[in-house]
Amino acid sequence: MEQKTTLAYLRTQPSPVLPPPVFAGGALQWVRANMLAGPGSALFTLAGLLFVVWVTPGLVRYLFIDAVWSSPDGAACRAPGAGACWSFIARKLDFFLYASYPREMVWRVNLCMAVGAVLAVWLLWPGAARKGLGALLFFVIYPVACLLALHGSDALGLPTAPTDLWGGIFLSLIVATVGIVMSLPGGVLLALGRRSRLPIVRFFATVFIEFVRGVPFITVLFMANTMLPLFVPASWSPDRLLRPLIGVSLFASAYMAEIVRAGLQAVPKGQTEGAQALGLGYWRMMGLIILPQALTVVIPGIVGIFIGLFKDTTLVAVVGISDFLRTVETARLDPAWAGPTISTTGYIFAAAFYWIFCFGMSRYSLMMERRLSAGRKR
Amino acid sequence: MSGGGPAAQRPKVPLLHDPRFRGLLVQAGTALALVSLVWVAVDNAATNMRARGIPTNFDFWDRVSGFDVNQTLISYSAVSTYGQAFWVGLLNTLLVAVIGVVFATLIGFTLGVMRLSTNWAARSFAGLYVQTLRNVPLLLQLLFWYNAILNPLPAPRASLAMPSVALSWPGAGSLALTLGAGAFAVFVARFARAQSPGSAAAMLAPVGAALGWIVAIVALVFGVSAFMGAPGGGLLRWGGPAGVYLNNRGLLLPNPSFGPGAGWVLVGLAGAVAASVAFAFWARRRQARTGAQSPVALVSLALLILLPLIAFVAAGSPLTMDYPVLRGFNFQGGLRVNPEFVALLLGLSLYTAAFIAEEVRAGVQSVAKGQSEAAHALGLRAAPTLRLVVLPQALRVILPPLTNQYLNLTKNSSLAVFIGYPDLVQVFMGTVLNQTGAAVQVIALTMAVYLTISLATAGLMALYGRHTAWAER
Repeated sequence: MEQKTTLAYLRTQPSPVLPPPVFAGGALQWVRANMLAGPGSALFTLAGLLFVVWVTPGLVRYLFIDAVWSSPDGAACRAPGAGACWSFIARKLDFFLYASYPREMVWRVNLCMAVGAVLAVWLLWPGAARKGLGALLFFVIYPVACLLALHGSDALGLPTAPTDLWGGIFLSLIVATVGIVMSLPGGVLLALGRRSRLPIVRFFATVFIEFVRGVPFITVLFMANTMLPLFVPASWSPDRLLRPLIGVSLFASAYMAEIVRAGLQAVPKGQTEGAQALGLGYWRMMGLIILPQALTVVIPGIVGIFIGLFKDTTLVAVVGISDFLRTVETARLDPAWAGPTISTTGYIFAAAFYWIFCFGMSRYSLMMERRLSAGRKR
Repeated sequence: MSGGGPAAQRPKVPLLHDPRFRGLLVQAGTALALVSLVWVAVDNAATNMRARGIPTNFDFWDRVSGFDVNQTLISYSAVSTYGQAFWVGLLNTLLVAVIGVVFATLIGFTLGVMRLSTNWAARSFAGLYVQTLRNVPLLLQLLFWYNAILNPLPAPRASLAMPSVALSWPGAGSLALTLGAGAFAVFVARFARAQSPGSAAAMLAPVGAALGWIVAIVALVFGVSAFMGAPGGGLLRWGGPAGVYLNNRGLLLPNPSFGPGAGWVLVGLAGAVAASVAFAFWARRRQARTGAQSPVALVSLALLILLPLIAFVAAGSPLTMDYPVLRGFNFQGGLRVNPEFVALLLGLSLYTAAFIAEEVRAGVQSVAKGQSEAAHALGLRAAPTLRLVVLPQALRVILPPLTNQYLNLTKNSSLAVFIGYPDLVQVFMGTVLNQTGAAVQVIALTMAVYLTISLATAGLMALYGRHTAWAER
C-alpha cells in the first residue's frame, strides 16, 4: 500500500531530556511496586496489615504482658486471664535438660555437651585450621568417649547411670548426633554400592535403600525395638537405648545414600576417567577425586537430611525413650502445674528449641552454598 | 586394525589383580556375608520365638480381636477378627492420607504462588509460614493441635456453633451492585481496547468505563457503611445454627442422605462432563481452523454446576440433611468427626503444605526467564503466559518431588499412634501386636503395606518421567 511510503520520519533534533518519574528509586517506589502494584495487591497489603493489627496485641499480651514469670507452682498460672506460664519452663528446665539422669552425675552431661559444642563449632567454622583432626575427633573419638562417660564404667571408676534414666534435651542431641555420625559413612558406602559395577553389591544396596525409604520411620523403630532382640542370641539382649539408635542409623544412612548418589551423578565422567588414567585404584579414586567433589555439591541436601533427622528424633518416644518432647509431655501433665496455659507454654518452648536448631542449620547450609559456589562461578 | 582378539593382546596379570576375578570375589564375599548374617538372624529368631512362645504363623488372623475401634469405615466391632482390624486400620490410613493430600496440595500451591508474588505482604506471610512449619517437628505440631487446641474445647453443651450466614438487604444489594458495576467497567475497558482507534465505540468506551467505576465506588462506600452501620442492617447477618459444631468430642457436621432419584444427579454430572469434553474438543478444532478462542473454562464450569442442579431439582430434591441435635449431654445424629482425625488432618496438611510450597516455588523459578519474556514478545498476557508457557514446564519439575511429598504425608500419617487415631500402625502394629505377640508377622505386613504404596507410586512416576523426558538435542 502507498501508506507505507508516507510514514517515513526522521528525527533531526535530539529529543529533550525528560525529568525522572516521580516514583523512580527510593522507598516510595519500593512501596508502590511491592505493596500497591494494583488493586489486588493493595487489597492484599490491607488484609495483611489488618491481620497484623488483629494478631499482634493478643500475642504480645499472651507471651509477655500477661505471662507468669515467676511462681513456685501452677496457682498463679491458673488465674483467669493469665498468659504463658514461663515459670513452668524455668522450674522444669532441669527436667527438660536431663530428665531422670542422676543429679550428682550431671556434670558428665554438661561436659559432653560443651565438648560437642566446641567440636561442632570447629568443624562448622569456615576456614578453621586442621579440620581433618576435628572430624576425626567428632566422628570417631567423641561419640565413643561420650557414650562411655555418660554411661559410666566400673573400670574407669565412674559409677554407671543406666540408660533408663537418660532423657531430655541431651538424649535428643545424642540420638541426633549418633544419626549424623553414622549416616555419613553408611550413606557413602550404600551410595557407592548402589552405583557399583558389581551386580550383587548393587542389588543388596538398592534393596536396602528402597526398603528403608519406603516405610515410615516409626515402623523402623518398632522393628529395631521388637525384632532386634529376636535376631540376636537371647543372652545379648541389646540395651533399650541402643535399639532405637541402630534404627536411627539405618534410617538416616538410607536417606543419606540417595543424597550422596545424586552428588556422585553430578561429578563429570571425565573425573573418573582422569583418575583411572593416573592409575588410581577404586578406593583412592573415590576418596581423593570423586567423593570430595560429590559431597561438596550436595551439602544442602546433606544438611536437609540432618534437619529431618533432628526433627525425627522426636519419634523415638514411640519405643519408650524419654526424649525432649516426651519430657515436655510428662511435665505438662504434672498435677502441681495443671492449668489451661501449661500445654501451650510447653509446646511453644519446645517449638522454639527445635526451630532454632533447624533454622540455624538451614541458614548455615545456605551460607556454605554461597561460599562454595562463589569459587565456581565464572 | 591388527589381527587377533583383545584377549590375545591382554598382558598376563596375576589372578588376584584381574578386575573381573576381583569383582567376582568381592561379590561372592558380600553375598556370603549377608546371607550368613540373615541365616544367623533367622536361626536366632526361631530359637528365641520358640523359647518365648511367640507365634510364628498367621493363625491369629481369623481370631476374634476383642477390642473396639472408634472410627471404622467398614463394619467392625469387638467380636470381629484381627484380619478385619487390619483392614479397618488400612482404610483409616488411606482416608486421612487422601484427604490430607488434597488439602496439602491446595494450601501448598497457594503458598508457593504467594511466595513468588510481587506483593510484599503475600510474600512475607508465605515465607513466615514455610519457615515456621518446616522447622518444627511434625509430632510437636500434632500434639499441639490435639492437646492444646482441640482438647481444651468446651464440652458438647457449650459447643462452638457455626451460625449460618445470611446477607441482609442493603448490604447485599450494594455488594451485588459493586460487583456488577465493577465487572461492567472492566468489560467496557476491555471492549474499548479492542476497538480500532478513532472509531465512535472507542471514543465512548472510556466514558462507559468511568461511569462503571464511579457506580462501583459509590456502591462500595454504601455497602461498607451498611456493613459497619446499623445493627441488623449489616452486610452479614447471623441466621440460625448451620448444624456445624465443634467441641471436645470432635467436629459435628450435617450428614447428607440421598433419597431415591439421587442417581439422576450423577447422570446430570456425567452428562455435564461429557458435554464439557465435547465442547473442549470442538473449541480446539475451531481454534485450529479459524484461530478464534472459546471460553472453555467458563462453559465447562457452567455446565458442571447447572446440569446436576437441574437434575437435582427435576428429581424432586432427593436430599435430606440429618442435623446433629443436642440431647442431654451429647449430640445425636449428624456426622461426627473424631478430634484425633481433625488433629491429624490439620497437622499433616499444614506441615506438608509448607514443603509443597517450596517445591512449587522451585519449579516455577526453574523455568528460564526467557520463556516468559518470549511469551510476552509473542503478545501473550500475564495469565496466558503463566497457564500456557510457564506452568506446563514448571509442572514437569514439580511433579516428582510433589509425589514424594504425597508419599511422605502417607508415611507420616503413622504418627497417628501418638494421638490415638486408629490408623494401620496404631490398630495393627500397636493393639494387634500387643495382644497376639506376633511381632515379626505384624511388623512385616505393616511394612509391606507402606512399601507397596511407595514402590507403586515410584513406579508410576518413573513411567511418567520416561514419558515426559526432555527431548535431548
